[in-house]
Amino acid sequence: MNRIANISAGILLLSSTALSAQQTVEVMHFWTSGGEAAALGVIRDQVEAQGVIWQDAPVAGGGGEQAKTVLQARIAAGNPPAAMLILGQNIIDWANEGLLGNVNAVADAEGWDDVLPQAVQDFNKINGAYVAAPTNVHRTDVIWASKAAFDTIGADYPTTWEEFNALAPRFVEAGIIPIAHGGQAWQEAYMFEALVLGVGGPEFYRDALVDLNADALTSDTMQAVFAQLREIRGMVDENFSGRDWNLATSMVINGKAAMQIMGDWAKGEFTNAGKVAGEDFACIPVPKTDAGGFVYLVNSLSFFAQPDPDQAAAQGELARAIMDPVVQVAFNQAKGAIPARTDVDLSVMDSCAQATAAAFVAADNAGTAVPTFAGTHAANVSVAAAATDVITEFFNTEMTPQDAVALLAEAVELAR
Amino acid sequence: MATDTSVDLRTRLQNWLPKLVLAPSFALVLIFVYGFIIFTVYLSFTDSRMLPSYNLVGWENYSKLFRIREWGVAIKNLAIFASLYILICTVIGLFLAIFLDQKIRGEGVLRPIFLYPMALSFIVTGTAWKWFLDPGIGIENTMHLWGWDSFQFNWIKDRQMAIYTIVIAAVWQTSGFVMAMFLAGLRGIDTEILKAAQMDGASNFQMYRRIIIPQLRPAFLSAFVILCHLAIKSYDLVIALTGGGPGNATAVPATFMYSYTFTRNQMGIGASSAVIMLMTIAAIMVPYLYSELREKK
Repeated sequence: MNRIANISAGILLLSSTALSAQQTVEVMHFWTSGGEAAALGVIRDQVEAQGVIWQDAPVAGGGGEQAKTVLQARIAAGNPPAAMLILGQNIIDWANEGLLGNVNAVADAEGWDDVLPQAVQDFNKINGAYVAAPTNVHRTDVIWASKAAFDTIGADYPTTWEEFNALAPRFVEAGIIPIAHGGQAWQEAYMFEALVLGVGGPEFYRDALVDLNADALTSDTMQAVFAQLREIRGMVDENFSGRDWNLATSMVINGKAAMQIMGDWAKGEFTNAGKVAGEDFACIPVPKTDAGGFVYLVNSLSFFAQPDPDQAAAQGELARAIMDPVVQVAFNQAKGAIPARTDVDLSVMDSCAQATAAAFVAADNAGTAVPTFAGTHAANVSVAAAATDVITEFFNTEMTPQDAVALLAEAVELAR
Repeated sequence: MATDTSVDLRTRLQNWLPKLVLAPSFALVLIFVYGFIIFTVYLSFTDSRMLPSYNLVGWENYSKLFRIREWGVAIKNLAIFASLYILICTVIGLFLAIFLDQKIRGEGVLRPIFLYPMALSFIVTGTAWKWFLDPGIGIENTMHLWGWDSFQFNWIKDRQMAIYTIVIAAVWQTSGFVMAMFLAGLRGIDTEILKAAQMDGASNFQMYRRIIIPQLRPAFLSAFVILCHLAIKSYDLVIALTGGGPGNATAVPATFMYSYTFTRNQMGIGASSAVIMLMTIAAIMVPYLYSELREKK
């Protein structure tokens, strides 16, 4: 029924605006899992209601590596998709290659500059042009805590690293695994960046992971970060190696483990299991030695330049649909993130999302919001991948923090 | 006159036809194999990152390549994998061939059974062995279900041992093929010599050691060359079996090349690693081809 309504709406629009042919927009993405696909469906419905045909081009593979290979082939053939899900520095790289078009007309008309925080603009407005439209913001420095586990030992949620480390033996005594962790390199990278912010603070985070300053990378603070990572290594169970992140999340859901450090995409697992934020589980920021701080990851669809004006117009329609306030909320209820624009009503979203959104605005104003390193916002993919090699080796071997910082600086230097 | 020209045309056509038919594939090979090899060599001297670029930077990529730890890991893994793989495959293949050569009943059934794994793709082999070796669902779990609770076999999760699981799967896949090569060699040995040796009172062991195995030299050489290049270019098996993990513990040069070229935006370094791999294979293949071609003359 919905589809028929969409189509008839499309036909109405067509006849009223008297377009010669119906516009199509091809969207290439890797959002194929349940919640992600549902979220994207919200945008698709809106686009089709605006009278543009949505041509879906999914490339399976969660991290988007396969999608990137397909994109490179399409670009080499001179036929890039109209819109593509790209992360962080890759957007800037493609823009600098001159391959991205822009949706400035829509952005100006709708006043994007006023509703998007600076942190989001950094990855969508490149050299003064909106080359991408943001769908959502993820927070990556979050601890997902089981309320039942904390009740068992009668403890409060930790706010400092001392409290955090002191909890572990008490959980072990109660037969609960302190940290649920999936031993895959990318998960260790996200954990690492949360520790860099938590132990070192936003200034240090920028110095080390955005500016890639060699002094910061080899500093005592960085050694302290690795030392804390070693502490956490002692809090995970024996079978962590190779475990998928959502299996680690389910350990927290069923109370086998107390906490997981993971981006807020983990919330979908709790919601699907029928758990309520605040009652069954808590989402608390990773402890901070310095006040405040927020690691963000922006998802957006980037627009590749299209010679055909019809295609360019369709891109504008897609951008309009993505930034629609209703769509932003519905999309993020399905995706588990928070809207990219700050002027939408969040009353229908859960307490975790509301808290995250408030923290994001506060951090953005205070200048303590930092871009994700593991998600290739802070540095490009070659640096992030090289650093991840070192982080995962440190986590899985007996390497000392002294050796780790030296290897980290060397790996970053070679990858720049 | 008329018949003359038509005959002339026909012979000329017959002379030209093979060249004409081969020309397209020759041109395709020239462009898509040798042309792209040259392109890769060129890229390895440029600062290409996400897309090919044409700024020459000299030997920088090569010097960086050998300072990257993961490349060292990949080389070390290749050395372990290749030496064990070639050795074990050759030994198992040789023994299977000798046993099958004892004029046993049912050879026609046994031979394809041993050869059959070669018909599978490495992806299938890798996936099947991944399940066998996984402690949670594979052999270890089965043994636990059967009551042998102390049984432990978790190499695939162990950074030190994971590379050996790749050897196991690869040996399973290829040793039957090596057997077939040795069997062909064994069948080619002149029975007169063996009869003469028997007359002189040589034992079975002496016959194999002194007469048969030395005569298999060409089969050894072909087996070595085939196994060698299979080892160096092994990619799909590693991806399917361990994905290069745990961590990067089972990275090999081929997986290194793919990840640096296509996912890590370091096309220049990826290209230089591809060139190193090509040179390594060439170092093995060129002497072999040279000796083969010389023998024919």
